[in-house]
Amino acid sequence: MWPGAFPRKKTNMEQILANGVYLGAQYAMIALGLTLIFALMNVLNFAHGQMYVIGGFVTYTFYGQWGVPFVLALVMSCVTLAILGALIERFLFAPVIKGSAREESTMLLAAGIAFFLDAVILLVFGEKQRGVPKIVDGVFNYDFRLIMPYDRILICILAILSIVAFIGLMQYTKTGRALRALAQDRTAAQLMGVNVDRYSMIGFALGAMLAGLVGGLLVTITGVNLGMGGATSIKAFMMVMIGGAGVISGAIWGGIILGFMEAIGLALLYQYGDITYLLIFVSLMIFLAIRPQGLMGKPWG
Amino acid sequence: MIFIGVPLIIGATGRWDFYFTLTSVALLAIASAGVWLTFYIGRINIGQGAFALIGAYVSAILVVKAGWSFWISLPAAGLFAALVAILIGLPILRLRGVYFAMITLVLTQVVTLTALALPITNGARGISNIPLPSGISVFGIPILPDFAAMENTKLAFYYTACVIMILTYAALYRLVNSRLGHLCRSMQQNEELASSIGVNISYIRIVIFAISSFFGGLGGAMFGSIAQSVYPSSFQVADSVNFMLNCFLGGLGYVFGPMLGTLVLYFGWDLLFEFGKYQMLIYSTILIIIIRFLPNGLLSIRFGKGGDK
Repeated sequence: MWPGAFPRKKTNMEQILANGVYLGAQYAMIALGLTLIFALMNVLNFAHGQMYVIGGFVTYTFYGQWGVPFVLALVMSCVTLAILGALIERFLFAPVIKGSAREESTMLLAAGIAFFLDAVILLVFGEKQRGVPKIVDGVFNYDFRLIMPYDRILICILAILSIVAFIGLMQYTKTGRALRALAQDRTAAQLMGVNVDRYSMIGFALGAMLAGLVGGLLVTITGVNLGMGGATSIKAFMMVMIGGAGVISGAIWGGIILGFMEAIGLALLYQYGDITYLLIFVSLMIFLAIRPQGLMGKPWG
Repeated sequence: MIFIGVPLIIGATGRWDFYFTLTSVALLAIASAGVWLTFYIGRINIGQGAFALIGAYVSAILVVKAGWSFWISLPAAGLFAALVAILIGLPILRLRGVYFAMITLVLTQVVTLTALALPITNGARGISNIPLPSGISVFGIPILPDFAAMENTKLAFYYTACVIMILTYAALYRLVNSRLGHLCRSMQQNEELASSIGVNISYIRIVIFAISSFFGGLGGAMFGSIAQSVYPSSFQVADSVNFMLNCFLGGLGYVFGPMLGTLVLYFGWDLLFEFGKYQMLIYSTILIIIIRFLPNGLLSIRFGKGGDK
């Protein structure tokens, strides 16, 4: 499902935990963007995986092909996706939400956008797997018990820093306050003088930007290809469901839990291949039967 | 018109490939009818691909490995899909809104992975070389001819698919206008309220989900028989999403909406084939434009705004 997420070999506990942290951090970032968009506009963004792939391709183009410094390429990924997200919100989602009798119409629109972005990616970048040169060489090796390439450690740290920065933005800035107010109660926020249209756009752009950022980060390790979009969207949906839709802490927990489940499952059951994902899906269904709103969610979000 | 008019037009234009397209439309419309029905109790179902895949596999296994006649395996596939739907539906039908939508989407992925893992489904190689449906005769009188002995199997499949589709929609129409249909409408509007006035909501939603999955299994089984092969990738997440798109595009307020939506989407997709690699781009652009300006579906039957949240 996620080719080359990390090597499948006989591993011990330290290695599994390190892999779990590494996977959890990137997953949490993907889930954050999706949950932010959902919380603000009640839109289930099917195109999230495609936005992630576009982010990866932008970094690939700038860093891998044109030799621009990696950090600058990452910034370009963020900017591209933020602009794309803002445009999509302004010209597609906002009018459809206003004109539609049912909220569910936005799902149709999101699916249409997912198809559209897939088509654009196919035309512009082709369907080949793309990779970029390593950003840092070398492997961290602690007594052969914990082996982790330096670039993964760096990406993991960058991902955690981004999550912290995002939480900081949401908690302590004016924009973040407005976004949280909007997520809590749209009408009340409007009555309190929050410019709802403007902050919806900012929020959507922010969510898309997170997808682009994590795509740009991960292109250095897993590479990027067209087919990743759909699989990424499904994973993001799962994380959001584990944690509870529309709750930021829930998205982070969902990402961490899924990351650890995958790390442990792939380490213990590596000879059975995809059975890990099957087990994760089944346990998710049982979990949701007991607690339909997820870990942190409010009932019927 | 479907039985005489369409073959005449196709015969006149010489586009024999349209038979396959229209057969697919009919079959996909059957599966979409199921999605529409789950929407009727206020649930967005993006898991129909799962049940179509289950149906296709059940029919293929029964025909190839157990040697059953296709015509018996067809309802068996539908019933098996319905049984699975009851088992899975018991926990997940408690979910609502996007949660239900997301879990059904995940369900499609689960079934694909299960098909890859189980030995009886042959893993990624799938089941191929499924024989064509054999004939049926009761007391020596042939009712249905043997498909393998026919010159024009395309036409035969086209008629079969249309008959099943018409039966499906007749059943759906009857269901919607029955007592059960009224109860479903009450649930679509407000489950708590419906429950408080004595509607057994958990029973009804299981029944509806089972019926809708029966349609999915039926469509999938027929599809496997036409393609003469089933693979884990026969029905994927994208197909599940497409089933949902068919319903939304046709309009959710009208029984024949999914039929129209399927026709427009699948036929449109097929017609755009001439654009080669721009097919997807043009298709999705048109899709987005339609939603942008007709957000309530092609039939644009308006709903009351106070529906479910």
